[in-house]
Amino acid sequence: MTDTAPHIEILAPGAYASLQDAGRRGWRRIGVPWAGVLDVRLMRIANTLAGNAENAPVIECFDGGLHLAARGGALRVAVAGDAAVELESGGERRPLAAWRSVTLNDGEQLRIRRMNSGRIAVVAVAGLAVPAVLGSAATYPRALLGGLDGRALAAGARLPAAAPSGLERVLGTPPADDDGPLRAMPGPQDDHFSSEALETFFSADYRVSAQADRMGVRLEGSALAHLGAREIISDATVPGSVQVPGNGLPIVLMADAQTAGGYPKIATVIGADLPRLAQCRPGDTLRFARVDAAAGGAAAREREAATRRLLAAIRPLAGGIDLAALYAANLAGDAVHALAPEYRPLN
Amino acid sequence: MTIRILDAGDAALTIEFGDAIDPRLLAAVNALDAAIAARQAAGGLAGVIETMPTFRSLTVFFDPLATSRAGLLAELQPLFAAAEHAAPPAGRRWRLPVCYEGEAAPDLADTARAIGRSADEVIALHSGSEYLVYMLGFLPGFPFMGDLPEALRLPRRTEPRVRVPPGSVAIATGLTAIYPWESPGGWHLLGRCPVPLFDATRAAPSLLAAGDRVRFEPVTMAEYERLAAALAAGEIDPQRWLVAATANETGT
Repeated sequence: MTDTAPHIEILAPGAYASLQDAGRRGWRRIGVPWAGVLDVRLMRIANTLAGNAENAPVIECFDGGLHLAARGGALRVAVAGDAAVELESGGERRPLAAWRSVTLNDGEQLRIRRMNSGRIAVVAVAGLAVPAVLGSAATYPRALLGGLDGRALAAGARLPAAAPSGLERVLGTPPADDDGPLRAMPGPQDDHFSSEALETFFSADYRVSAQADRMGVRLEGSALAHLGAREIISDATVPGSVQVPGNGLPIVLMADAQTAGGYPKIATVIGADLPRLAQCRPGDTLRFARVDAAAGGAAAREREAATRRLLAAIRPLAGGIDLAALYAANLAGDAVHALAPEYRPLN
Repeated sequence: MTIRILDAGDAALTIEFGDAIDPRLLAAVNALDAAIAARQAAGGLAGVIETMPTFRSLTVFFDPLATSRAGLLAELQPLFAAAEHAAPPAGRRWRLPVCYEGEAAPDLADTARAIGRSADEVIALHSGSEYLVYMLGFLPGFPFMGDLPEALRLPRRTEPRVRVPPGSVAIATGLTAIYPWESPGGWHLLGRCPVPLFDATRAAPSLLAAGDRVRFEPVTMAEYERLAAALAAGEIDPQRWLVAATANETGT
């Protein structure tokens, strides 16, 4: 990459930032997890806002702190997720709404200051170019696959992108939070647990521990007793598998988790609800609700339909006025500042 | 053979053939896997994303937007018969170098003590058998191999290590394995193998496949280091440790 070609420079990765896409399919049989973005909906929204294909590679970041700059020319970036975003230009800082795309001129910076709710934001960059490894750009650091040299993003990383074209875009009404219990299907080893343990799993409060990342989310709360052996002959895991090791405390496996495991799996969180678990912060409490296969399938279709409605609601930002951001900041009625987002105070 | 259908969430089904580590179950798993691949090649089984064969089960990953559990199961059920009388997979035969010395073998002395044998006897036991690759998983290219000689069977370490170095050759329960990547791990580390087991730039990224057979050949630390350097420099092709293209051929 030449310094004069448009590219993103990572100034700080925050808590953890990595390149992801829809994930790496077809290699679980040789031990390669799918990896991929933890919340596919955020990736699809961010890419659509940026004018990319829905599954193009994106930057997924945790807990705020991601800080990047446009180099070598103007770029178009978009943030999906409930993030407090800040734009910095010539030493001046101003807040920017999430759920929109924006043009960063050469040298301008974008920072995810913090997450208002949730843990994960997704940043799309128009024309972001990352080579695919085994069919995907998703970073899986354990085996150095995807991303940049298989590693998480670090300060100084540079990602080639494209010059902006067309209008900036906005998602007027971001998806609403859903605080309902996480739906899970019993199995594949629910028969390794007593009916009391299953009852506990589907009714007790669990707390997200500090060990919650792209591999798995360890939960604290009521221990679940095994019937008989605490280990099984290793079999396949899936994203959403709820493993119960010897101490009885469940671990929900996420995108980067090992593909096989020797702990009985009491249940599996359905795909429609797994992104909500990924968004839980350490200390958050949650519950599980039992669903059957038919309800799991229906939930997948409902989530897809809702995602398609969100994508269809993305509109060009006419004349550069970000009405959604104005309403979100409760400044739409402010006669002085209504058309000048740069005067909005930091929140 | 009793087949059980287990739910693994809204996007996967596990078809389980039994509850043991047994080459006959592996044959059934691989036969169903092959039957599914053949149906897919013929344009069937829409919505199936991939399959994962394990010791005793096959997990079928599907897109719940493209098919349903009931619809998929109706298509899969006729294929189960293929698994019933399956022959073991042909596999290939490998002989992989292992250094059982010094820092490459951090648990050798403890293992010898635990089973009441000398370190040399442990090495002779471990390198004296040929192992079947039952499955790959846990980490990219990680082979679960069996069966260990009875004398070498130990439970996992009570304190798992936070860092197992890549190339570590390990044992636990009735199995042996090689860690392709640094990772946490609870197995006993008897040695180290210099041959990379996973390379994403190869058409077949995993060196080993389920059904292959592996024998270990003790090498000195000096030889291990020479091989590791030559492999890193690309001067040796890992295929050089392939002894026979099928396990039915006699190794040289």
